[in-house]
Amino acid sequence: MDIISVSGLTKKFNHTITAVDHIGFTVKKGEIFAFLGPNGAGKSTTIKMLTTILDPSSGKISVNDFDPQTDKHQVRKSIGIVFQDHSLDDDLTALENMQFHAALYHIDSVQRSRRISEMLQFVELTDRQNSLVKTFSGGMKRRLEIARGLLHHPRILFLDEPTLGLDPQTRNHMWEYLKIINKDEGMTIFFTTHYMEEAEKIADHIAIIDHGKIVAQGTSRELQTKTKTDSLEAAFLSVTGSSIREEEASSTDQMRQARRMWRR
Amino acid sequence: METIYILWLRQIKKYFRSRSRIIGSLGQPLLFLVSFGFGFGSVYSQAGQGNYMQFLAPGIILMSVLFTAVFAGIEVIWDRQFGFLKETLVAPVPRFQIMLGRTFGGATVAVIQGILVFLLTLLVGFRPVDLAMLPLALIIIFIVAVLFTSIGTVIATLMDDMQGFQLIMNFLVMPVFFLSGALFPIDGLPQALKTIVHFNPLTYGVDAVRDCLISVSSFGLPLDMFIIFTTTLVFLAIGSLLFEKIQA
Repeated sequence: MDIISVSGLTKKFNHTITAVDHIGFTVKKGEIFAFLGPNGAGKSTTIKMLTTILDPSSGKISVNDFDPQTDKHQVRKSIGIVFQDHSLDDDLTALENMQFHAALYHIDSVQRSRRISEMLQFVELTDRQNSLVKTFSGGMKRRLEIARGLLHHPRILFLDEPTLGLDPQTRNHMWEYLKIINKDEGMTIFFTTHYMEEAEKIADHIAIIDHGKIVAQGTSRELQTKTKTDSLEAAFLSVTGSSIREEEASSTDQMRQARRMWRR
Repeated sequence: METIYILWLRQIKKYFRSRSRIIGSLGQPLLFLVSFGFGFGSVYSQAGQGNYMQFLAPGIILMSVLFTAVFAGIEVIWDRQFGFLKETLVAPVPRFQIMLGRTFGGATVAVIQGILVFLLTLLVGFRPVDLAMLPLALIIIFIVAVLFTSIGTVIATLMDDMQGFQLIMNFLVMPVFFLSGALFPIDGLPQALKTIVHFNPLTYGVDAVRDCLISVSSFGLPLDMFIIFTTTLVFLAIGSLLFEKIQA
């Protein structure tokens, strides 16, 4: 049974830039699905459309049997997201960020404290739960974001480059836990990553997007067979080419640069 | 209700954790009180207008509320730039509630700031004529704060980044303050300027608070309150509509 289905999905910005160009794929319930692509290929734009943040220009999406354009509320209830960019409130503590999320997702007040403790323990941040997030390292912030994304038991978890900046120990720990949840609770995982060995090891199914189009789909083995290569990384390079992709700094990046300048 | 409460609480916590912001934002009102209050005080009394500090203090309180409220609304841009807005936009809650929580939080912070400035005015010699009117003045200040936080939110939804910050300062916030009767009586103004002042919602806020604190008014409390209240509802509605369409 498909929990996500996408067909003819297109996103144009200012009617000129086509970030996503008539893509289609399906994700089965309980599957771990890797959505791969070089920088600027359209991965994050696709995730934003699947998670109701962006409206598509055309095409059809179904997430947990709901349309993200017309049934936003239902889609939002059934998903959890770990964004590519930092999305915590630095001026709140780790615990307060979790409590904030729990309130927004209407987690039962009786279970709330227990669940928050459980998730903070999982990402090994219990000792730092009362520290302001601005005092955390990049890896600690990432771990907190993952804990927050899982807090409300989502049916589908979207992870946009979740392991970026994490050390191998934390990455392994995180994936082991996610695989347990995936197996025990049947939670579907949709993730993007630049670590090919991670996708190869974790994903049941893989789709590769480049220049806004899906250029290959299948299991890691199928992709290797199709491209006559012996690793996912080689298969990825075979379908996307080996030239370095330039990506414009987003306005967020520009703001961060400005903030760093001010702090100096 | 919990959504509104948690967003309100977030604003309050952030405010009280930022001591530099609290202290820093008292600098400008104090400067205005001392320089204008004592500088023009003698000219004002020689013109037979009475005690200028009494006239000025309500205006400076509202100035502080105006600045704090507009910037609380504009904080949406920061949250968008630094990612936190996404966390609220993908939550299964009506965006109207998110906007309302943020607005009430920003307005509460502006009111607290207004109270601190009120205490400052007492230090430089301001004396309210009727203490029983203080609660009503506080309610009016809160409504004015909601109004200008909503206006800030409206601006934030239309802007992509903070590049237009100076534009807002020079062409919105400063004119709204200077053309509100906060610093001078509006009765003797040239007709063209008077018309502009009459279209400025802060004018009625200043007039209402002045009525409560020193029993001096140009329009009367019922008209002041009617205009402030309806303008607030209009901007809350516009802010909610625009916030509904905001994309992270």
